[in-house]
Amino acid sequence: MINSKVFFLGLKSLKGTRSPAIPLAACFIALGALLKDAGFNIQQSAASSFFTYALPGQLVMAESLLVGASILNIFIAVWLVNFRLYPLTVSLFPLLEHKSQPKWKYYLSCHFLAVSSWLIAKDTYKKIDKKHRIDFWIGIGTGTWFTAVLMTAIGYLSADLLNKDMLIGLAIVNPVYFFCMMIGAMKNMSVALSVILGTVLGPTIYLISAEWSLLFAGLIAGTVAFLIGEKNDK
Amino acid sequence: MTSNEFIILAIVATSGATYISRLLGAITSKKVSVKSKIFYWFNCVAYSTLAALLGRMIIFPAGVLSSSELAIRLIVFTASISLFILTKKNLVLPTIFSGLLLATLNNF
Repeated sequence: MINSKVFFLGLKSLKGTRSPAIPLAACFIALGALLKDAGFNIQQSAASSFFTYALPGQLVMAESLLVGASILNIFIAVWLVNFRLYPLTVSLFPLLEHKSQPKWKYYLSCHFLAVSSWLIAKDTYKKIDKKHRIDFWIGIGTGTWFTAVLMTAIGYLSADLLNKDMLIGLAIVNPVYFFCMMIGAMKNMSVALSVILGTVLGPTIYLISAEWSLLFAGLIAGTVAFLIGEKNDK
Repeated sequence: MTSNEFIILAIVATSGATYISRLLGAITSKKVSVKSKIFYWFNCVAYSTLAALLGRMIIFPAGVLSSSELAIRLIVFTASISLFILTKKNLVLPTIFSGLLLATLNNF
């Protein structure tokens, strides 16, 4: 059903100098502490990472709860901030596609789609035979997802030991890791331009509309980069 | 304090709102060829959306990071990226370094 050799190869991406384990641990420990602050118990905190597994959306949920937002408001706010997962999925899953693999693998394992797992998969998929890429992806996803759930619980339990400076230190680790990974991925003009324009437009559009900034910045920067890249990346 | 039922509803809403985007992506992927232009466009939009999120996280952060100063965050960010390039793209060192540096600088 799942090729175990390739699955473990994916799981092993948690090791080594390109491992996402440390940044994932750092940000989910900080999240666990925040969820405790927002009134969650430990089961609810772990369940949040188990079922959602997308940090920015979980942050929005916790902050919305703290300010007393309605469930509908939370749904819309989370949908807007996590909509980035749609282009992320469409830019990865066709690379993992193989006729011999059942559809359920794709529909279930899309839950593992998060920035860290996406970046690792984009970085390494070429090393894996096309037929087994989805099993490799399930391996990567299982490892990063499990790390996130476990670290949320650890963050919850150690909340009282973490002072504010430590929490701030933990919170910067993840964006730094992601940015380093993206710099590593800037191998052609379209990707390089996408990263540079997105970084500039994200905060700029945020000044006009906080909720829609990600969608608009992504669409505008991505389309411009695509059009320029089309002419130059040959 | 928020009630237990409300928290559970919030987790369900958050998970649903998140899974929709992933599932729609998986369904769309079945119709997208790796060699098509639309695939390259999605690739660009994915990288730029991610970059937009990161730019926003550094300049206008949510949560605990917002209580640190922008200038300090920018110093830490630049220093960590430089370390990443200097260490020939080692990812572990700059990430640990960034956390320690920000926690230290924020204390002054």
